[in-house]
Amino acid sequence: MRVWLAHHLEAVRLALRRLSAAPLNTLLSLLAIGVALALPAGGQMLLGNALHLADTTSAVPQISVFMAANADRRMATEIESRLGKYGGVKQVQFVSREDTLTRMKANPGLRDVIEALPGNPFPDAFVVTATDDRPETMEQLAAEFRQWPKVEHVQLDSAWVRRLDALLKLGRTAVMLLGALLGAGLIAIIFSIIRMQALTHRAEIEVSQLLGATDGFVRRPFLYYGCLLGLGGGVVAWLLVSAAALWLRAPLSELVRLYDLTLVLEGLDARDSGLLLGFAAGLGWLGAMISLRQHLRQG
Amino acid sequence: MIRFDRVSKRYPPGVDALSDLSFEVAEREMVVVGGHSGAGKSTLLKLIAAVETATRGTVLVGGQNVSGLARSALPYLRRRIGMVFQDQKLLLDRNAFENVMLPLSIAGFPPREAAQRVRAALDKVGLASREKALPVMLSGGEQQRLAIARAVVNRPSMLLADEPTAHLDNETAADVARIFHEFHDVGVTVLIATYAGDLFPGARRLQLDHGKLVP
Ligand SMILES: Nc1ncnc2c1ncn2[C@@H]1O[C@H](COP(=O)(O)OP(=O)(O)OP(=O)(O)O)[C@@H](O)[C@H]1O
Ligand SMILES: [Mg+2]
Repeated sequence: MRVWLAHHLEAVRLALRRLSAAPLNTLLSLLAIGVALALPAGGQMLLGNALHLADTTSAVPQISVFMAANADRRMATEIESRLGKYGGVKQVQFVSREDTLTRMKANPGLRDVIEALPGNPFPDAFVVTATDDRPETMEQLAAEFRQWPKVEHVQLDSAWVRRLDALLKLGRTAVMLLGALLGAGLIAIIFSIIRMQALTHRAEIEVSQLLGATDGFVRRPFLYYGCLLGLGGGVVAWLLVSAAALWLRAPLSELVRLYDLTLVLEGLDARDSGLLLGFAAGLGWLGAMISLRQHLRQG
Repeated sequence: MIRFDRVSKRYPPGVDALSDLSFEVAEREMVVVGGHSGAGKSTLLKLIAAVETATRGTVLVGGQNVSGLARSALPYLRRRIGMVFQDQKLLLDRNAFENVMLPLSIAGFPPREAAQRVRAALDKVGLASREKALPVMLSGGEQQRLAIARAVVNRPSMLLADEPTAHLDNETAADVARIFHEFHDVGVTVLIATYAGDLFPGARRLQLDHGKLVP
């Protein structure tokens, strides 16, 4: 066991020696692999954040009913009771125009604009949830409310959550497809790098075989070489994705705040990071394996 | 130990390197294979280590039919044979110590014991002080001796050497010949392909002429 370990360490040492013998080559290879892996990894990062966002956001579709600006509180109360009694309506929440004003003033960017206006620009509003929240039923309810007097505008909220859901499913498929595609690309990159390596070290391969080396012995340093390249590329990809997450965090938070949502963009979590590095190393090993199998068969 | 039975070797374009060759080498015997350039000496040694395969006939090594050996069995045959190649085949990017270490790494020796053996082998051929030297830093004779150290470090029961004294002055050649005699004395079967048969006075000779054995 100790001997076995010593021989593997020896192969790792040899692989590292070869990697550091051509630093520019190694660096460029790592970059190529890193960029290839960063695409699906970045997609997974965005997807993870979007999933988190969708989870923390109420997925219950709502209808917002806005009163006309000139409607007084009495009319609003009338509409409220009418909404409350309406078949299919589950809950009605009143949002007074004063509350809306206070809430909007909390936003420092908007405050100056609002204070420049002569009066309260916001109308009274209701947030309505339905007993049956299928899109068709919701659409019907909204259409009905639009007919009512002094109702200025009816909006189906949270329809976007459904869209987001569908979008996320699509996103997951896209990330998987991208992962498979670029995973195959990674194998191809490692394949040709190892082929070059095998040609560079063909004297060593030939001599080793003449001295009684098994295919396993001949392969070993090359497999570690491919594995280390893959792993290094995975680390590069991880760094790229983390840097992108940090860089996008502030502007994206700004953007989603406009939709009344909060999002702090996070890099890859521990599980995804582990998967990334594991896959990168595994694919590097696989690429090297395929390359050497072909090389040794020819030789 | 080694037995050739009506062995022929034809290289692809149609060169008959060996034809209808039959002979036997007993265990612990020392044999010198002579003959002109192109007579087939190297080919004969390569057939024993299964570097080349016979076109016809059978080559038996230790009772094993070498030509019929599966690819996966070749490494184990070669580990029992120490071979000094005509072109030496030293690894130019590894120092003397690492070159001699290679057969032991291949055979899976524990590193510490292996290092001791490497030093012993280098000492045996008089290169103990040059273990850090790359092959290009060694003279022709030193390279020959390094190749011998690599061939014997595994303590094989059979030693095949192809022109181990070529390009050496008389004194160095005699030195190298002495090393082979020493291995023969401790029971190793030794086959040497060489023009300089006089260096190995006690050895049996096999004389080749255009791939045929001269009686
Ligand atoms: N790989 C090869 N392909 C084709 N022909 C070969 C090959 N190796 C050797 N030959 C031919 O086989 C014949 C015997 O070659 P071999 O190398 O066995 O001779 P040799 O006795 O070792 O000669 P030398 O003393 O010059 O080393 C020669 O005619 C040579 O040209
Ligand atoms: Mg020859």
